[in-house]
Amino acid sequence: MTTEVQEFKTQATKVVGDLRHRKLIQTALGKYEVARDKRKGAFQSWSEARQVAAETKWDAINHLDEHLVSFADKLEARGTKVHWATTAAQARDIILGIIQAKNAKCIIKSKAMTAEEIHLNAAMEKAGFEVVESDLGEYIVQLRQEPPYHIVFPAMHLTRHDISDLFEKHLGSAKTDSPEELTMIARRALREKYITADVGITGANFAIAETGMVSITENEGNARLTSALPKTMISLLGIEKVLPRMADLALFLPMLATAGAGQPLTCYNTLYGGPRQPGESDGPEEYHVVLLDNRRTELLADPEQRDALHCIRCGACLNVCPIFKNVGGHTYGTTYSGPIGSVITPHLRGLQNWKHLSYSSSLCGACTEACPVKINLHHHLLQNRRNSVQKEADPQEKLIFKLFAWAMNSPGLYGAGKSVARWFGPLHRLVMGTFLDPAKAWTKTRDLPPIAETTFKEYWKNRQ
Amino acid sequence: MTERDKILGRIREALTISAPPPGEHGPETHHLAGHPIQFAPRPAATNAREWLPKVGETFEDQVAQFRACSDDLKTEFIVAESLADLPKILGDLRDRERWKQAAAHRSDLTDAAVQALGLPTLTVDGGYDVRALERCDVGITTCDALVAQTGTLVVTSRSSGGRALSVLPPHHLVIARRDQLVADLPAAFELIQQRYGADYPSMISLVTGPSRTGDIERILVLGAHGPKKLTVVMI
Ligand code: SF4
Repeated sequence: MTTEVQEFKTQATKVVGDLRHRKLIQTALGKYEVARDKRKGAFQSWSEARQVAAETKWDAINHLDEHLVSFADKLEARGTKVHWATTAAQARDIILGIIQAKNAKCIIKSKAMTAEEIHLNAAMEKAGFEVVESDLGEYIVQLRQEPPYHIVFPAMHLTRHDISDLFEKHLGSAKTDSPEELTMIARRALREKYITADVGITGANFAIAETGMVSITENEGNARLTSALPKTMISLLGIEKVLPRMADLALFLPMLATAGAGQPLTCYNTLYGGPRQPGESDGPEEYHVVLLDNRRTELLADPEQRDALHCIRCGACLNVCPIFKNVGGHTYGTTYSGPIGSVITPHLRGLQNWKHLSYSSSLCGACTEACPVKINLHHHLLQNRRNSVQKEADPQEKLIFKLFAWAMNSPGLYGAGKSVARWFGPLHRLVMGTFLDPAKAWTKTRDLPPIAETTFKEYWKNRQ
Repeated sequence: MTERDKILGRIREALTISAPPPGEHGPETHHLAGHPIQFAPRPAATNAREWLPKVGETFEDQVAQFRACSDDLKTEFIVAESLADLPKILGDLRDRERWKQAAAHRSDLTDAAVQALGLPTLTVDGGYDVRALERCDVGITTCDALVAQTGTLVVTSRSSGGRALSVLPPHHLVIARRDQLVADLPAAFELIQQRYGADYPSMISLVTGPSRTGDIERILVLGAHGPKKLTVVMI
């Protein structure tokens, strides 16, 4: 077993038994479901909208080269510097290079999962910069020195009391159990940072090929401020973020808001097409866009799972996933958790070490149903299982299945096995769940149904 | 070879094998790999209106829908008969909110509002002191459009006094004309593209309600980092 599987198992066992965690997640996601269904119902046809969104993203990804060229050229024509990074290390170096050249001290960041993916904060802190997350949820998990719990709701695993204690410890604020007061504490602490930061770093939700614009979706206004006040602005985005046309947003923005948070539209949806232009009263003097590959082109080369690059990171598949709800976001040990994380992590970080994620699924298909761009998520989990076995099967498992197939194919052997099993059944009951139980891994948390007294074949014979 | 060429090269290489059409379920789609796909995707841009939530046809319907959305979003929406009503409406607002210091950009509508308010006002055009703007009680801007479908306003760095004016002060006051109300999001994007051609402002923002967060136990709190209050006055 790799350490990744062991970690997953230990963490999962711990979290599954944590009733407080379960209650928190259930309340949060319960509220989400009600709101989402109401918003979905407002669409004239949610299912057709999904299909059109899927087709639009298909176009974007299957002509990715043309769209990226247009996106980059248009941005550069209006004074933005576009950088291309094949690896995470290259992207970190590019960004460190920019902030070093600016003699920056303080960096303000708005939410960017790509930055988590390349461990940007750690790199910047190591290089001596002060980095502040400005999204409230991200700010909270940053103070806790934790990765985000969920790609859309980073601090959903914490109660207001946890957050109050955290702020008391780090900011010296008085204890409170009002979410409003807690938000205001963070607001005050961060205001000063926006004003003094030298560089603002953002992620992106969409890259508009037609006009050369980066589209950022947020509720708090922190990305708006991050891109308004510092003298230098950097956006880091994966190459798959492309949408062909600006007007595609008319469908994608409400779908992202609906699927992601049950909102008709997120509070701020903002397009950035360059640094401050002549005649404008403010805005950064320099705008850098960093396009990140980091093995996305490998996923692109797999036509079967290419549609995983359609993902708009709405988080809907996490919110409906029975596994995610039970084991929680941190258990995955990945940047992207939940069904989409289980599908893409093996591509981004290696199949053999991360194939266990494909098995941590009930294959119920709730994720595929929830996905606003119709990514075939649960089939991709099956394909990952198949690929991992084809590449490198576990010898023990292989042997067991060989024996199983052999027994199933020979009636005599099958009959003998049946009788033996019926004998062992009652004996097994005696040790079930104890350390003597050979099937403990199964029976610890599940029932083992008793073997029937008579088989169907015998029953049928007697009847006649 | 630059990194750009390398990445584009890998993409082109990967795309020589085509993918099955989107939304196909079932594991049987991989046989399509290797064959060119005869598939013409329908773009969201031209189809969006068919699937999005419905919007009323008449102006009155659309005002009603903008109002309903505003109520949900906690945006204050005031309809004024004419410019002559501004002093009364804004005077009341100023007294209720206890505004002492305003900030605005120059335009016919905002000039009228500034005059109606009669407060010391920071003008942002051509540059300003960030700390001074941060101390203002209200930022006054115009907008490019109001969207009935979602209760959204469209602001840009050119038409609304740059990037910070509409988001740094704790109250955002928008003065709009009634002919700026459009039905839905597709109409809003059409308007943006028509108005600016290829010469876009560096920032275009769709603002839907005052700033908010649900990051603490998914409980809604207004005024996370941006304005706590948003008032739209339509003349
Ligand atoms: S896979 Fe689909 S549902 Fe999951 S985050 Fe991506 S877009 Fe949303």
